[in-house]
Amino acid sequence: MHKSIDLINERIRDGNARVVSAEEMPDIVQELGEERALEEVDVVTTGTFGAMCSSGAFFNFGHADPPIRMERIWLNDVEAYAGIAAVDAYLGAASDSDTQGIEYGGAHVLEDLVAGNPVELRALSRGTDCYPRKTITTELYLEDMNHAIMCNPRNAFQRYAAATNTSERTLHTYMGTLLPHGGNISFSGAGTLSPLANDPHLRVIGSGVPIFLCGARGMVVGDGTQSSPGSQFGNLMTTGDLQEMSYDFLRAATFTGYGATLYVGVGIPLPVIDIGVVRSTAVRDEDISTPVVDYGVPRRDRPTVRTVTYQDLKSGVIEIDGEEVRTSSLSSFRKAREVAGELARWIETGQMLLSMPTRTLDATRTVHPIRETAQAPRVKEIMEKNVVSIAEDEEIRTAAKNLLRGETNHLPVLNGEGKLVGIVTTYDISKAVVRPDSGPRVRDIMTRKVIKTSPDEPVDIAARKLEQHNISALPVVDESDRLLGMLTAIDLGKLFGGRWRR
Amino acid sequence: MKLLVTFSRKGGHEPVIARTVKETGVLINVERAHIDSHAGEVLIDVPDEYAQTVCRSMVGAGANVKVLEDAVVRDENECIDCGACISVCPQDVFFLDENWNLQLHAERCVLCGKCVVACPHNALSILE
Ligand code: SF4
Ligand code: SF4
Repeated sequence: MHKSIDLINERIRDGNARVVSAEEMPDIVQELGEERALEEVDVVTTGTFGAMCSSGAFFNFGHADPPIRMERIWLNDVEAYAGIAAVDAYLGAASDSDTQGIEYGGAHVLEDLVAGNPVELRALSRGTDCYPRKTITTELYLEDMNHAIMCNPRNAFQRYAAATNTSERTLHTYMGTLLPHGGNISFSGAGTLSPLANDPHLRVIGSGVPIFLCGARGMVVGDGTQSSPGSQFGNLMTTGDLQEMSYDFLRAATFTGYGATLYVGVGIPLPVIDIGVVRSTAVRDEDISTPVVDYGVPRRDRPTVRTVTYQDLKSGVIEIDGEEVRTSSLSSFRKAREVAGELARWIETGQMLLSMPTRTLDATRTVHPIRETAQAPRVKEIMEKNVVSIAEDEEIRTAAKNLLRGETNHLPVLNGEGKLVGIVTTYDISKAVVRPDSGPRVRDIMTRKVIKTSPDEPVDIAARKLEQHNISALPVVDESDRLLGMLTAIDLGKLFGGRWRR
Repeated sequence: MKLLVTFSRKGGHEPVIARTVKETGVLINVERAHIDSHAGEVLIDVPDEYAQTVCRSMVGAGANVKVLEDAVVRDENECIDCGACISVCPQDVFFLDENWNLQLHAERCVLCGKCVVACPHNALSILE
């Protein structure tokens, strides 16, 4: 059996359409069977409410007198992209304020506008014959703009990889606070209510389909940037009128140590046209799996610790290597339900009709990493290979001599087998001199917990280690801890020129 | 009951906690401590019925004592019930109820501040 979109819309117009949420649908299908579910249910509403950094809005401010061709534009000190005609701009949610940094970003400007607060527009120009004016500063409310059109390049991911952190320090990421030693797991996404998880083959979601976007009637533009439905990481480009949006479904946020982001509420109504849609909307949390990825490894290809389902994630605890680890969500399931509920109300009351995609999206598409024409520099390319070291059972005096001889502040300490076991600095030696009760050997005063690097580690990662630990040199070791060299702030200075200073 | 005890260490190193335990015989649970060479700040948990006795003894030893109630505070207008605060809290203060609304056992809070940093919506603060 097939149910046409016209029939569904007719029922919506007549107020007879049966609309259910994607959370209710699995039980309905289980109870009625697929055939009867197809007969009875006309629309399944989905919803998600979470951090979607890749969001923003186009503005048209109107012309001033004398007119100005705005070349650089700030809204509440957050710079917007002005390379589009004279009085237009695109404000990205993730851009930071010049004065308040990440505590106030593009997302906060959008939230302020939607909440009815005024925003200061500041613009600069070189001045032209047709646009003589060079500066303008004015205060604008959302309703003062000719157009304020939200256009989000990448929204509503089908699922998100969950995050943990096996490193030794707390990480502040776009997946929130990750405690050290795998202390927690952070995840995002609405699982059973997620729009794309209910239509993974993109049969009814595509260009031109009406959606709920932050409380406004919006539309799917098409593929989101970086959409990868072929690997179950599809996403969508969306648009809607900012002037119709509501503070309830659009919220600014800041991830500590990372940046500003926008919490966006997106919901898509799915027309139940055939058994295929019945099946895909019967998806439950336990059917949607996602990897738990270790953010303790600062590389593109991060190791997967375990694969879990959204049911596991929402349960609050997950077992990893025999230990119970607590989970937290960054997106709000309560709000996702509200989105799906509000959307259902629109359809039940005939305020929104459905349509099939005007252009379908390719469900097999995947994305690849950037083509890098030059490999990022590695530690071995800039490390100092001639390194003065010392054995752990030498006397402190000898260490002092070696430090002087090597004209260095750091002396790697080796054991009998030539493995790195510690590090001694001029500071350690000075301490030993004023506190003579410490033992006479290098091993008595060395720092045993050495922060180190490897020859193939990218220099940027080694540089971050220096910064984070507030140190100025890293021993370079092979897999069996044999010393190969030292990487110092001076070596980094050579590479990055004046840009890298400690 | 949670008590925040602060003391100066300038006039010698009086073992405030140990002295109080000895003097009152009340077992004190130390939940957080920050002590350096000048001053100390210790968060303790004592059975409600002994709070008075413990307070008196500590004040006698030269400490300042403040009773803490509902230390962590949530701004319900800012909170969106995501739950990002849940897994970072060492005291299991936060949980989501069956309607996915965030609930708090604020009395368990030990003022570590982790949740304040973790909340993306700036909804949490600590009353000191
Ligand atoms: S992290 Fe903040 S916004 Fe999220 S539930 Fe906790 S208090 Fe609310
Ligand atoms: S301050 Fe610490 S103990 Fe208190 S609620 Fe926040 S994370 Fe939990």
